[in-house]
Amino acid sequence: MIVQAVLFYIFAAVAVASGALVVSARNPVHSVLFLIVAFFNAAGMFILIGAEFLAMILVIVYVGAVAVLFLFVVMMLDIDFVQLRSGFVRYLPIGAVVGLILLVELVFVVSIVGHAIAQQGVSAAVASATGGLPLTNTRALGDILYTRYLFGFQVAGLILLVAMIGAIVLTLRHRTDVRRQSISAQLARRRAETVEVVKVPLGAGSD
Amino acid sequence: MLIGLAHYLTVAAILFTLGVFGIFLNRKNVIIMLMSIELMLLAVSINFVAFSVFLNDLVGQAFAMFVLTVAAAEAAIGLAILVVYFRNRGTIRVEDINMMKG
Repeated sequence: MIVQAVLFYIFAAVAVASGALVVSARNPVHSVLFLIVAFFNAAGMFILIGAEFLAMILVIVYVGAVAVLFLFVVMMLDIDFVQLRSGFVRYLPIGAVVGLILLVELVFVVSIVGHAIAQQGVSAAVASATGGLPLTNTRALGDILYTRYLFGFQVAGLILLVAMIGAIVLTLRHRTDVRRQSISAQLARRRAETVEVVKVPLGAGSD
Repeated sequence: MLIGLAHYLTVAAILFTLGVFGIFLNRKNVIIMLMSIELMLLAVSINFVAFSVFLNDLVGQAFAMFVLTVAAAEAAIGLAILVVYFRNRGTIRVEDINMMKG
């Protein structure tokens, strides 16, 4: 139990610190890398709390796909980041005030809700009627996701499909200044329109 | 020293606040703003999972997966829009995106 508490505090501290560095880092590449650190530590917290499937999904989807996409875009675009940071100090006070108010409100709510649920006394009865197999987190999540939330699951797939098509449509461009191989044009060529037999008289020269 | 629901909710609240703070702080850099949104969605996922575990109800984890899906889709579309905008304008200053204001 004490190990779990220590691990939780380590994960939480590193996640919060890297989250702060994401928004305040001078170099956006460092921001993306700190975002990856924050995702890893959130995955560690998920494992601590017993949601190991979501922890793996977090590492695979967020770190493996989203963060790498961010890194790709940051490195691909040639941007003057110093100029983009010019209003940093000007926006600091208003951001700090809004953030502080929000944090105080959230912590206020959290303390109330946390106490209410702690006093409610949550029962730790997990349904174990799965044919003798131990009910792992992944299996339980699959049980609920493919039955009660099948519609939501398919809508999620549809959202991903739309996002994929949208991203391709947005970034695809047909450039006219480059020459590409056109296989259909190559295959449609006939002999008559490309090769010509010329009778050259003997000894006439070539000029 | 038992780690309870309030601990996880506090971490999520701090991360969410950092996301809001980041949007205020980086008013010109869309990439950092998108990363702040990702941070906020991560905080929401932590909330979902914490409530799901402590209330012993798996629905929260299913919804955390949906949040993850939407976050991935949002990142893909947002970065695609960003790339197209940069291609057309040569900069990603957010303040210049009010051209349609008339």
